[in-house]
Amino acid sequence: MGGIFLHTIALVGNPNSGKTTLFNALTGSNQHVGNWPGVTVEKKEGKFKYKGVQYNVVDLPGTYSLGAYSEDEMIARDYILKGNPDVVINVVDATNIERNLYLTTQLIEMGAKVVVALNMMDEAKQKNIEIDLCSLSKGLGVPVIATIASKSKGLDDLIERAIQYANESENSLLSFSYGENIDREIERIKTVLEESNIEYPAKWIAVKLLEGDQGIYSLVEEDTHPIKERLFSLGHKATEYELEIVDKRYDFIGSIVSKAVKKPVDTVETTTDKIDKIITHKYLGLPIFALIMYIVFQLTFVIGGDLLGGYVAGLVETLGEYAVGLLTMVNSPEWLKSFVSEGIFGGVGAVFEFIPLITVLYFFLGILEDTGYMARAAYIMDGLMRALGLHGKTFISMIVGFGCNVPGIMATRTLDNKKDRMIALLINPFMSCGARLPIYLVFIAAFFPSHGGTVLFALYTLGIVVALIVGKVFSKTLFKGEISHFIMELPPYRLPIFKYVIRDMWDKVWDFLHRAGTIIFVVVSLLWILSVFPLGVEPYSQESILGRIGTILAPIFAPAGFGTWQATVSLFAGIAAKEAVVAILGMVYAGVSEGSQLVSALQNVFTPLTAISFMVMTLLYTPCAAVIGTVKRETNSAKWAVFMAVYPFVLGWVLAVLIYQVGRLLGF
Amino acid sequence: MDSMALVSLKPNQSGIIKEISGGCKARKRLYELGLYKGASFKVVKNDIGPIILSLSGHKLALGRGIAHNVFVEH
Repeated sequence: MGGIFLHTIALVGNPNSGKTTLFNALTGSNQHVGNWPGVTVEKKEGKFKYKGVQYNVVDLPGTYSLGAYSEDEMIARDYILKGNPDVVINVVDATNIERNLYLTTQLIEMGAKVVVALNMMDEAKQKNIEIDLCSLSKGLGVPVIATIASKSKGLDDLIERAIQYANESENSLLSFSYGENIDREIERIKTVLEESNIEYPAKWIAVKLLEGDQGIYSLVEEDTHPIKERLFSLGHKATEYELEIVDKRYDFIGSIVSKAVKKPVDTVETTTDKIDKIITHKYLGLPIFALIMYIVFQLTFVIGGDLLGGYVAGLVETLGEYAVGLLTMVNSPEWLKSFVSEGIFGGVGAVFEFIPLITVLYFFLGILEDTGYMARAAYIMDGLMRALGLHGKTFISMIVGFGCNVPGIMATRTLDNKKDRMIALLINPFMSCGARLPIYLVFIAAFFPSHGGTVLFALYTLGIVVALIVGKVFSKTLFKGEISHFIMELPPYRLPIFKYVIRDMWDKVWDFLHRAGTIIFVVVSLLWILSVFPLGVEPYSQESILGRIGTILAPIFAPAGFGTWQATVSLFAGIAAKEAVVAILGMVYAGVSEGSQLVSALQNVFTPLTAISFMVMTLLYTPCAAVIGTVKRETNSAKWAVFMAVYPFVLGWVLAVLIYQVGRLLGF
Repeated sequence: MDSMALVSLKPNQSGIIKEISGGCKARKRLYELGLYKGASFKVVKNDIGPIILSLSGHKLALGRGIAHNVFVEH
């Protein structure tokens, strides 16, 4: 009743403007970040309390503009238009003000309630850039607050002003001239629009239509025929106008900036420049990249495996024994004991043992991402990628895929060309995700304990090589046409803020745990039931339902050397979730050997050669259900989802068979 | 001063964007990324792979294909 209640704050800004840092600083540790499978990756949401009132913060994807250029831009635009945020905080990089304000002008034109957070003021100061906030605010007609998100400075001011501004009824509607001709066209379209009672600012719609933005028609409910006709009659002038509009926006920005900002003409060579001289060097770039990845995997193995892995494995084992002991004490039935020891501790527990490794891998990938190295990796790889008919940016989605293929596929949204994007999306699952790691680890422990890092590196490299070759084939067959241009910002190097790296890492580990506790638990429980029925048969034996199903399907894998019903069942369970492969192996082999000694059980049924062919199969075959679902959603086509499920299976099978048969001929 | 293609500039040379030819979509994208008419820049790297420019200290990598279409004043 008293005043308007503020609910939602949206964060918008250029990539690398410190938007996510601001989001992290605002939401602190008391947040819920849904940025991983199952949860939407489109936008992160968090909550924070200020003076006893709770607020929602929505972190939208970083964009340079709000056109229909890429998926990211459309998500951000749609949210601002239809999500009805009470206020939009536009994060502007103070060291790169002209380009950042390009987005700001569009936001204000859209009629959003914009508060500018002029961020990275410390860096601006370092570069001797002087900014007159009052003059800037006056020019734009919206509040401007100085912030340093990385040091949590200026946040209270920002929030205070944002809340206050949201409650003001006044709203700035920027008005500047696009030149006589365009202004006239805008007026013309506006008149038509205003007759149809649209809920968005008519001028903005008119400008967007003149910019050739087809997506805008969906916002105009009434008959758009006269508008379309008018635009069509512009003919070749339309292109001219489109670019003219951008020019005029920059003119307007220039007029504000020239009054409000003073910056030195020549910039000195920065640390970033010095590092880049080596990192992006024409000969050194690629070997350095390979070395960095190699070190990451070696460290993952040493820290996560050798140093920490044993503790968790020991803990799982102890807990398992304790639980069974407890069940024996209360005289619980045999089947329950079997379910707990083999199903839960043998199966789900086998997945838990790899948490330290996954944690460490996520940690290092997070650091690479936060330092700004990822953009360099894309730059370095562009030459090679281009030779293969792929866009350099594809590589970023591939590296993200190392964590999980779902966000990897989401990351292909930054590829604006449909052809580039489809290829990037279809090859992403060959990037070995965190969930597949336990499979390799258990086989490495059984067969290659002294060469863990090397085997791991080789598998990941194989995934990359297969992805690149398949990409090349697709660009020659399914998706012909030019690769779009490489245009990418190389952000300055930054020291990662460990608090946030660790937090992001925990989010991902938590998700892994969550999956282990839910989907994998369900899969394991179902398969456990199948493995003890029909009653009377030896549990986990070939006579069980599970054993019989596996036996029927096993011949498929016989040519690859692992035609056992156990391996077969685990592979099919892996399509539900990759973690289930180890869980099922753990469960069915826990039945044949004492304790949960999966490693020693594997040594009895696999050979080093079949271990390799099995690992290659799990690396390449059908991605998990979450990935297939994501492909369906992103391509909006069931056909591609089916394709995604089938072709990797065939490819993985062929390669596994090849490895086994050739290896056998060579006498392994 | 005559305008020349961006690809012909050497590292550490600076210039001003004069004109961008080629597809409208790519052109607009370059504008949006700060390569608008009149923007001044410095070439950071130009050997193999995309050219790296510095726009008031901010780096932008630009594929060689499109760099042929960017005309600058040196």
